[in-house]
Amino acid sequence: MIPGPFEYYRPGSVDEVIALLGKFGDDGRVIAGGHSLIPMMKLRLAVPEHLIDLRDVGGLNGISEDGDTIVIGAMTTQAEVLASDLLAAKCPIIPEAATLIADPQVRYFGTMGGNVANGDPGNDMPALMQCLDASYVLQGPNGERTVSARDFYEAAYFTRRGDDELLTAIRVPTPADGHGSAYEKLKRKTGDYATAAAAVVLGMAGGTCTAASIALTNVGDTPLYAEAAGAALVGSTLDEAAVGAAVAAAKAITAPASDLHGPAEYRTYVAGVMVRRAIERAHARATG
Amino acid sequence: MDKIAVKMTVNGNTVEELVEPRMLLIHFLREQLNLTGPHIGCETSHCGACTVDLDGRSVKSCTIFACQADGGDVLTIEGVKGADGGLHPLQEGFMMEHGLQCGFCTPGMITRAHRLLQENPNPSEAEIRAGISGNLCRCTGYQNIVKAVRYAAERMNAQQEAAE
Repeated sequence: MIPGPFEYYRPGSVDEVIALLGKFGDDGRVIAGGHSLIPMMKLRLAVPEHLIDLRDVGGLNGISEDGDTIVIGAMTTQAEVLASDLLAAKCPIIPEAATLIADPQVRYFGTMGGNVANGDPGNDMPALMQCLDASYVLQGPNGERTVSARDFYEAAYFTRRGDDELLTAIRVPTPADGHGSAYEKLKRKTGDYATAAAAVVLGMAGGTCTAASIALTNVGDTPLYAEAAGAALVGSTLDEAAVGAAVAAAKAITAPASDLHGPAEYRTYVAGVMVRRAIERAHARATG
Repeated sequence: MDKIAVKMTVNGNTVEELVEPRMLLIHFLREQLNLTGPHIGCETSHCGACTVDLDGRSVKSCTIFACQADGGDVLTIEGVKGADGGLHPLQEGFMMEHGLQCGFCTPGMITRAHRLLQENPNPSEAEIRAGISGNLCRCTGYQNIVKAVRYAAERMNAQQEAAE
């Protein structure tokens, strides 16, 4: 289990990282926490010739508010997400999902940027970021651009990030006061990827659902934003007809593989169960 | 690939070595520093037998390159000891509560529990189980490991109170 050989770089600034990425193209990879990349390198599924460590790059860490947006630096670890008072108060679904990622050791090192940028459909944060309508800040040789999480994922491990771009931050629109949210994940054991998982964020007013957003983890080549499932809830009282329609709409867009997590039909079924449970819990937590 | 120089503190001692960039921290500790306390179990970041402390964080040393730990402060089971140089309360707890059978997972369990107790000096049973959920034991069924960590927490809190 020894990875292939590589040259190691530890630049001190984003500009230096981008210059190195531009120079090496496909042969260069950045490493943040490394807890997705190193396992892939051991299996030789990733064989970067040039490894660029982000640990000494300043300005990529921390969670802050910018107007009505929560900004999460790419190097922020899952453990830091769990310790954030700001997220606990304003966007508790992010720490709720973080507790379900891997185990304590991995959460000390695994980063938010790595989780969303890697493009692994088993990662939990990408679907959650689609649910929250977050966007990713990409820095490249021609400056900065922003891509919606809902548009970012093209296929497993393929994203709209260019080879010479660095994902530096995640921008999450602060959910409305009184919103209800839940992340439901079925996994066989600690450290496992989801058999299926669902993120739900709801707004309620006078018993009627005014806003709903739903996304799914690990039941397709990419995270799946279930737009029609959310639309099925808006305007309803979250009665059985509406919830049933949302579950059916979510299941309809899944295309899981049959693998160690179970047969495809089972995983689609579980996705429906996760959506239903997440709607119920988000509803119970919403005020208004 | 050329070897690169790394310098770090390991169990209080400064070490300077040349490593291949791809050398994992666990191999560096075991093969280059002869610290064979951290074990190689799965080598896939699941089992936790290789857990060490790096800059106040538990890490599975099979899932970090030695060069990433450059400048860091590493604690392995060899560096875990009591205030008087004897057994640490965790080591005593694992002995008194029969927290090990074959012992393969024990170095990782103790270094992980060491960090857990730094962050939460009085953990509940549920918090201990969550805290060591990244460490697998195939012998004990975990019951006595949880008791051993509780034993250590109580002993350390009593020592703390006595000191105050």
